[in-house]
Formats: sequence, structure tokens, C-alpha cells
Amino acid sequence: MYLASLVALFLSSFWTVDPFTSVVQHIWNVDNYKLLWEQSAYHSIALRTVGIAAAVTAADAVLAFPVGYFMARIAGGRSRAFIFVAVLLPLWSSYLIRVYIWRLILDHDGVLNWSLRKVGLPAANIGYTNWAVWLIFTYVWLPFMILPVYGALERVPDSFLEASRDLGAGGWTTFRRILLPLALPGVIAGSIFTFSLTLGDYITPLLAGGASSQFIGNVVYDSIGSQQTPFAAAFAAVPLVVMAVYLLIARRLGAFEAL
Amino acid sequence: MATLAPTAADADPVAGAPAVRLSGIRRAFGDVVAVDGVDLDIPAGEFFTMLGPSGSGKTTTLRVIAGFERPDAGSVELQGVDVTRVAPSQRAVNTVFQDYALFPHMTVAENVEYGLRVKGMSRKDRRSRAEAMLEKVRLPGLGKRKPVQLSGGQRQRVALARAIVNGPPVLLLDEPLGALDLKLRQEMQIFLKALQRDLGITFVYVTHDQEEALTMSDRLAVFNEGRIEQVGAPADVYEHPQTEFVAGFVGVSNVLERGSRRFTIRPEKIRMSDDGAGPGEPGTVREVVYVGMVTRYVVDLDDGGQLVVVRQNLETSSQDALAERGKKVRLSWRPEHTYEIGVDKEEGT
Repeated sequence: MYLASLVALFLSSFWTVDPFTSVVQHIWNVDNYKLLWEQSAYHSIALRTVGIAAAVTAADAVLAFPVGYFMARIAGGRSRAFIFVAVLLPLWSSYLIRVYIWRLILDHDGVLNWSLRKVGLPAANIGYTNWAVWLIFTYVWLPFMILPVYGALERVPDSFLEASRDLGAGGWTTFRRILLPLALPGVIAGSIFTFSLTLGDYITPLLAGGASSQFIGNVVYDSIGSQQTPFAAAFAAVPLVVMAVYLLIARRLGAFEAL
Repeated sequence: MATLAPTAADADPVAGAPAVRLSGIRRAFGDVVAVDGVDLDIPAGEFFTMLGPSGSGKTTTLRVIAGFERPDAGSVELQGVDVTRVAPSQRAVNTVFQDYALFPHMTVAENVEYGLRVKGMSRKDRRSRAEAMLEKVRLPGLGKRKPVQLSGGQRQRVALARAIVNGPPVLLLDEPLGALDLKLRQEMQIFLKALQRDLGITFVYVTHDQEEALTMSDRLAVFNEGRIEQVGAPADVYEHPQTEFVAGFVGVSNVLERGSRRFTIRPEKIRMSDDGAGPGEPGTVREVVYVGMVTRYVVDLDDGGQLVVVRQNLETSSQDALAERGKKVRLSWRPEHTYEIGVDKEEGT
């Protein structure tokens, strides 16, 4: 049923809307895609969406690695369980609540600026900017990166690291040549989550972004609101295509064995 | 011999010093004492085996030599240089791991080259050395494969090549043949022994297989509960076990107490004759095990204790052998084939 709807969505992107009656007309054309192609505003929205999704993914990968490493290779049973809970607990609270909390932190008179002023630093003023969107996305999707990275690191036997040291490699070389390549499938598996979740989101840009923080999702939402369903369908197809390409690359790199 | 292996810190090897010297090594994991006061000298060029059951401390001792375990007490010397506090990457030893620990994301050649690459050898040089080493372990032309594409025996030899390509003066082997089937294991035993002679380096070999230890080693140490029970040449340890544990673990435990004497006799040194047909201790055959080449008899002695006797099946068929169960027999042996042993620690008073 879901797939059928998806196909219907894709088909409807080739339809058009009567400008006077707002009724969808089943006239086959590629006008919607032409509009996307020609309007530079839509280019920058698409690029912004994909760019922030990529930046969120990169930040999550960098943050998740040390956490996953600590969980998999250093922590004992009890502290590992504690971190597990700490990583998963935010997922129990509503996504909306977490975004609103961040809004409070990043607001002009929020906790962040208040703290900065307290220690005599200039205010950051990143509330309602693309930076805020990036920061919040990085936070809310971080658990989806930590878990697969942890899984991949946990599966690396100690003897691999010992063998590397035995053969003369120091800690950094062992990390770069053994641990990192073996954890990469986990990072890519996690990036599928962080990338696709960011790509499809419209709530965080709406609530915490500024005037120039519109995502593809926001345009889709607004278009449907103004009876422009075929155009919404056309724009919604863009992240689908991006994700399909991304998954193909990820499969090449062996990410699905790490899930 | 020029060696590429990094030597400990700035110190040079001392000529004539043992390849490995352990003094008073102790290592505990929580409440469990894995190694409890091990002293050991292994001269250069020796094939030395650490033999013992699992949990006897032999692998931990090997890991202390490699540097993966820091001893709680005692010191490790390699070629006369104290390396107790030296990182594994800076020690002039290389290890063949029990699970081989081949890097799965690298090809066979990249695995073998890893040590050379880390030390900054040029691509061309390390390629040719890895190629030569793969030839030495009889895997020529397999360099481009991934480890998963190899059989267990082939992987084992890649692990060997990856270690010896660095030219270590001491090679550590942690039950390297444990995962192989019997036939392959016997082939590899011969191969390893020949390789050690060819390279002229020291092998420190860990195994729980007494036959492997006896056939391959120049000398061996028998481990039990974190201590060394006996060190010596294989024939010496087999024929003159100093403790009951050694007598039992290396070969079959044949321990008798007669008067104040406790001694052991090897099963093949006992003559078994029909009751009334000569001197010796009277007894009853309790168990007969036909094992092809030989038959093993377990005999309960009338004066207490039991002995295992092994007889070659020279003219006996399996039916003849099995028919001897329950028979009264007499066992005799030459006094020079018995060896006094100390009282075992667990039972000691």
C-alpha cells in the first residue's frame, strides 16, 4: 500500500493544477520539474537541504566515534550500560520537545548567550540561523550514528589491534590503518540514518531556523497547503533520488553488513 | 643478521645474553593469579615450548614477553635488554596469533607488508620482500587475495609470513596449529621445525598438546597453575618427570606409592605376564582399550593403585586383546625405569 502511494506520488508529479479552480488535472507534462530546474530559489533550497544533511552526518560521525570507541573497547559492563541509557534516553522524549529545548538554549536571551555573557564573552546569536538547524539536527540524530559505530567497533577483535602493535605500529597508525577502516561500514550505516532523517525533516528548520533556513520539506508542506500537490510531489522526489544514489554508494562500501 | 625489527629503546643487544629472560614474573587478573613467579631463560636459536593445560598461565607468559600484558612483578629481558616497560611496538619480537589476526580489509600481500610499511620501507622493497616471504611459506602468487579467500592452513602461513618478514630475533607462537585438522597439523609441525632451523631464530611456542611439544621442541617448560613445574629437553621431561602433574600431563599418569616411595613408570616400560608366570606385582585387568597400533590396559594392583600398560599389537588381534579384560596378571618393570617424584602441591601436607 505504501509503495503504491509512493508510485502515485511520483506519477502525480507529472500532473498539473488548474490555476483558477485549483483542481488537479491529469495532463502529463514535466512542467513541475522544469520549474524546479529553472528557479534558482529551489536550487538553493535543495542544496541547503543536502548540504546541511551532509554537515550533520559529518559532525555526527566525528562525535560518535569516540563515544562508540569508549563503549566498545574501554568501558566496563556497568559504565557501558550507563552510556547506552544516556544515548537512548533522549529518544524517549518527544522530538518536538527536544527542538523546543534547543530553541530555549539558542535564543537571543537563551541559556547559551546568558552563559557566554556571564564569562565575559560576546553573545553567539546563532538562534534562528542555519547554524542552529545544523546543531539541533546533529544532536537529535546522534544516537542513530553512535549505535552502528559502536557495533562495528565492538566487532573488531582485540587481536587485530595487538597484531598491529606487535608489527611495530603505534597508536595513531593502528587507529588509521586498522580501526578506522574496519569501523567505516558502521559509520556509513549510521550516515544513512542521519542523512536521510535530516533530508526529510521540516520541523526543525521551521521552528529553529531563520528566514533562509527553508528545507525541501518546508516547500513540500507549503505547496500542499496551497493546493499545489503535483509540484510538492515533484520536489519530494528530489530527496528520494538523492537517497537512492546514496544507498547505492553505501552498499558498495559494505555498510549493510554493519547494520 | 641485519634485523628490521625495532629494538628496545636505545639499548643494544648484549652478546651472549639469552634471547628471552623472565625473572619473577607475576600477573594477576583481579583475584585470579594467572602467572605466579615464573623464571625462565631461553637461549638464542632454541625452539622452546611452553606446555600446559588451559588456564595454566602459558599464554599470559607469552603475552608478557610480547608486551601485551604488563607483569605486576618481575622483569622481561630480550637479548640482555630490560624491556619490561617497553611498548609491544618497540620490542624485537613478533607474534603469530592463535586466531591469526589477519587484517580482513587488506590483501594477503598488504598483511605481510604491514610491519615493513609501518617502518617506512619503500613500496618496491617491501613488495619484493613480502613476495619472497610468501614463497618461503609456500604461498607464492596468493598476494592479491583477501584473507577470507584462503583456507585455514593458508591463513596460518600468511600469519607466519607477516611475523617473520620483519626479521625478529624471537618469534612468539600462540597455539598456532590449534584450529587445524590433525593431518595438516602434523605437516605444519614439520614445516615449522624446518623453518626455525632455516631462520636460526628463537621460537617460543605455546601449546596444550603434549605430543606437539615433544616432537618439536629443543626444550620445553610444563606449566601448571601459573607456575613452571619442570623445564628440560623433551626426552628428559618425558622420562624423568619431577612432579606428579608432569607425569600425568606429559604422557600417562602412572604413579605408585610403595612404602615411603612415590614413583612413576611409563606405560610402555611395563611388562605384563600371565598370573603365576613370573615375578612382579599381581593385579587384575580392569579395562582394555584397543587403539590400533597398540592396546592400552588399565590394571588394578592387589597392593593398591593402578597402572596403565601399553603393548604393541605385534601378534595380538583386537579380539585377543579385548578378551583379556578381567584376567589376573603380573606386572614387572626394571628399577631404572621408575622415577621418584615429589608430592603434588594440591595434595601436599
